[in-house]
Amino acid sequence: MEEMKDVVLKYVIAEYVEDDSEIKYDTPLISGGIVDSFSMVSLKRFLENKYNISIPDDKATPEAFDTVNKIVTLVNEYVKK
Amino acid sequence: MAYSNKVRESYLETLNGLKNAGIFKMERFIHSAQAADIIVEFPTGASLKKVINICANNYLGLSSHPDVIKAAHEGLDTRGYGMSSVRFICGTQDIHKQLEKLVTEFLGTEDTILFPSCMDANAGVFEAVLTKDDVMISDRLVHASLVDGIRLCSAMHDTFKHSDMAHLESKLQLFQDKRIKMVITDGVFSMDGDTAKLDEMVTLCEKYDAMILVDESHSSGFIGKTGRGTHEKCGVMGKIDVITTTFGKALGGASGGCVSGRKELVEMCRQKARPYLFSNTIAPVVVAGVLKVLEILSATTERRDKLETNTAFWRKGLIDAGIIIKEGDTPIVPVMLFNAKLSQDFSRDLYDEGIYAIGFFFPVVPQGQARIRTQISAGHEIHHLEKALDAFKKVGKKYNILGKTKQEIIDMYGM
Ligand SMILES: Cc1ncc(COP(=O)(O)O)c(C=O)c1O
Repeated sequence: MEEMKDVVLKYVIAEYVEDDSEIKYDTPLISGGIVDSFSMVSLKRFLENKYNISIPDDKATPEAFDTVNKIVTLVNEYVKK
Repeated sequence: MAYSNKVRESYLETLNGLKNAGIFKMERFIHSAQAADIIVEFPTGASLKKVINICANNYLGLSSHPDVIKAAHEGLDTRGYGMSSVRFICGTQDIHKQLEKLVTEFLGTEDTILFPSCMDANAGVFEAVLTKDDVMISDRLVHASLVDGIRLCSAMHDTFKHSDMAHLESKLQLFQDKRIKMVITDGVFSMDGDTAKLDEMVTLCEKYDAMILVDESHSSGFIGKTGRGTHEKCGVMGKIDVITTTFGKALGGASGGCVSGRKELVEMCRQKARPYLFSNTIAPVVVAGVLKVLEILSATTERRDKLETNTAFWRKGLIDAGIIIKEGDTPIVPVMLFNAKLSQDFSRDLYDEGIYAIGFFFPVVPQGQARIRTQISAGHEIHHLEKALDAFKKVGKKYNILGKTKQEIIDMYGM
């Protein structure tokens, strides 16, 4: 199965990147202005649907969503339970 | 007196930062009424100069139309100058209701509520009609005033890629569970002059049971066969749930805006929209002017027809001269220069040639997409446009951009 961090990276690129700027696992997405904090909601929904989890709103902070690596860490907290 | 030096210094630092970055905005003073020919003082203190204005939102040339001025005078004489009240206390005159009715007829909607400006309409509408159980799905290039209104609302918010219908559909699927889904777009986008695909958007909204809100500020009065707006052009009149628009551009250009659409939704704004409840509405003199504007536009399509002819002439003229413009058919015609400094230099040289047009660059438009946004008016005569074309050719030749591709211009000047 495709690794989670690649799934997330692929989604972020398809969803938010409209030029050819390069996104890596540790590229700051929200603080770097690539994902506006508004658009986080669809990212959250995507993760919840894909991994069949529910991330509480107070955990879905801009900080927790700021890089692909951080997102994966967050998602893993809920996947295991 | 707590304006300490420390505070002052911090402001000065920010302001100097803007100056150093070349994004400090300066006003040019106009010493005449708004029109195709204006008298300008620029830079400040310089002697006055008569120039042709090709950057106003005065699409129909009604800003200083004698009939509109006369109607405004009459409004001033019969209804006075100010209301000294918000609408629901003692700030509603018969002419305010009359204007709401006329706008409703003009736009082909169910009801209309006036706001002090379209900025206020956009700031107030979402919070008044949506709750946290709802979702707003907006085009990524909507106007700043919509973005602010969205921020003030507790509903969830997501965006779709500019005019990308497949992406919008995926978002509508994603939020199927929401109580109300509202799709949000500009009718004509102010920076690129392109038109929203309202017909496709309405179809999607019907399929997924979503409402649609369109900001028609750059369309009302001249887009569509009888100038009703983008919904007329796209064949979806009566199918737009909410239209917001301004009287500060084509419709006389003074000020004021409105929310027009489904009856209950407009009533919700009357009960709940904060800029309506807590700020004075449009002054009587302006209401009288807008009433005349709508009367003129309902009687004849002459002005929007002339605008269409002028726009076609202008677009063809620029293309024939080898200048790169954003494709389209609206009177917003961006001349693409890509480099920020080039856009500033070009604008200054145009001014020397007697043409008033402004360069836009990041952050107003994306990085590397600096431009001069030209806006055509029914107030222009062909001789104005010919003179402006000559100026663009002369300045274009000076900077060696005529007939050049985007890449060639970027190679010369950088992004
Ligand atoms: C798309 C759009 N909406 C709203 C506004 C605001 O209009 P008003 O001047 O009535 O506040 C503008 C003006 O720049 C605009 O371009």
